[in-house]
Amino acid sequence: MTVQSKAVVTVLGFDRKGIIARVSHVLYERGINILDISQTILDGYFNMVMIVDLSEPTCPFDELQTDLNALGRELGLQIRIQKSEIFEAMHQI
Amino acid sequence: MIQTNQIFETLRMIDQEKLDVRTITMGISLFNCVCDDIRRLASRVYSRIARQAENLVKVGQEIEREIGVPIVNKRISVTPVSLITGAVEDPLPVAQALDRAAKETGVDFIGGYSALVQKGMTAADQRLIASIPQALSETDLMCASINVASTRAGIDMDAVRLCGRAIKDLAERTRDRDGLGCAKLVIFANAVEDNPFMAGAFHGPGEGDCAVSVGVSGPGVVKRALEAVRGASFDVVAETVKRTAFRITRVGQLVAMEASQRLGVPFGIVDLSLAPTPAIGDSVAHILEEMGLEKCGTHGSTAALALLNDAVKKGGVMASSHVGGLSGAFIPVSEDIGMIEAAACGALTLDKLEAMTCVCSVGLDMIAVPGDTSAATVSAIIADEAAIGMINNKTTAVRVIPAPGKQVGDYVEFGGLLGRAPVIPVHPFASDDFIARGGRIPAPLHSLRN
Repeated sequence: MTVQSKAVVTVLGFDRKGIIARVSHVLYERGINILDISQTILDGYFNMVMIVDLSEPTCPFDELQTDLNALGRELGLQIRIQKSEIFEAMHQI
Repeated sequence: MIQTNQIFETLRMIDQEKLDVRTITMGISLFNCVCDDIRRLASRVYSRIARQAENLVKVGQEIEREIGVPIVNKRISVTPVSLITGAVEDPLPVAQALDRAAKETGVDFIGGYSALVQKGMTAADQRLIASIPQALSETDLMCASINVASTRAGIDMDAVRLCGRAIKDLAERTRDRDGLGCAKLVIFANAVEDNPFMAGAFHGPGEGDCAVSVGVSGPGVVKRALEAVRGASFDVVAETVKRTAFRITRVGQLVAMEASQRLGVPFGIVDLSLAPTPAIGDSVAHILEEMGLEKCGTHGSTAALALLNDAVKKGGVMASSHVGGLSGAFIPVSEDIGMIEAAACGALTLDKLEAMTCVCSVGLDMIAVPGDTSAATVSAIIADEAAIGMINNKTTAVRVIPAPGKQVGDYVEFGGLLGRAPVIPVHPFASDDFIARGGRIPAPLHSLRN
């Protein structure tokens, strides 16, 4: 389980216009490439997962996390970014 | 590739089922502080800890943010203090140094004001035990433990007698806080050297200079997993607990490896534990009830706990490269909402708790008993629990609070992770003459096992 440079961004909350655009914009501004994206809407409830590449970020992880949290508060959504190791550890042998 | 549903499953475990890492504990050897001048000794102890654990809290918080799993406590354990105070008269300045170092580094607790006296007590051990009531009542973050028995050495009944008195004295000195001091003192049999959990953590004499260990938690996750297999056979229950424990432990292993690397300190162990908190949805008692018991403590509780304890270890052991500590399910009464409810309604008695400790991790933990319980009775409770540990070759412990001025049915309130507990009855018949004998109960025979 060595340190990797991938992270998982999850967005949960009620659907509205521009969620992906706004989240992607924050990532773009910070020089972060989106590797994969998956989204579902169930009963108006928006679930999105993005796998992002942190190998060439232009800011520390903390700052990116703060920005995404702030965006979540603005949009009334829960937006989180976590290093991918936690998911790999729990679900892969 | 990680699946989307796995990602959301992890988030649900963290958000709704209270998955957390209970503690990152840094074990620090104090042998290089030994000195025959108490002021210099205390000063060396303080500097050694403050320097070694300087970044512990910061690194813990970093890891917590990055992986998104709460790390509830950061703690320090040290070499049993009686082993470094052999050449000084009074160990109290070391207690104050430990407490100051804990505050300086920002950790939640520091453990290791301890003595290992299973076979006999040195003068330093006796001084340390005698100082415990004052040391724990005058410090905030320090925890103490005494190992009074082992399978190989038997039970040191002189130490058991002293510990009963120390617990009563300590309760009285912290009367204004419902006897809170007693929550920071554990009396062990077969104590382990690498336990990251408080109040019994110390950095054993067989350990290296420094190591980081992690204690995992997650009763809520296990409870939720069992809700999905209601009515299924115990084969399915055991398998479900194992799978869940595996996942919980992998989180602990990840945190331990990260902490070890970032702190530049060797990885010690992961303690595979189900450690409850007083929060709703974080209870070991509720797991037992989920198995089909109306209330924890009723008939069947010991069997349910035996299955749980064993399955947690089986599931967790493959998820970590080094497993140790107290690994298993904890049943502290005041720290578990289901245990609190069960004790309050009379389903869970001291005798049943004692039986349950035969098959779970550790022992009689965070149990409030009436304030007029005698020192001899407290010692006798310790002796019974130590006997279970000694004969069954397992770690057992006693952390009871003879709550000053309280009767059966009253509550003690500690707050935070320590919770609250109803005062439950002890037997009214005396054990004074038994405890007054002193001496040693010999180590048991390990053949003819019946």
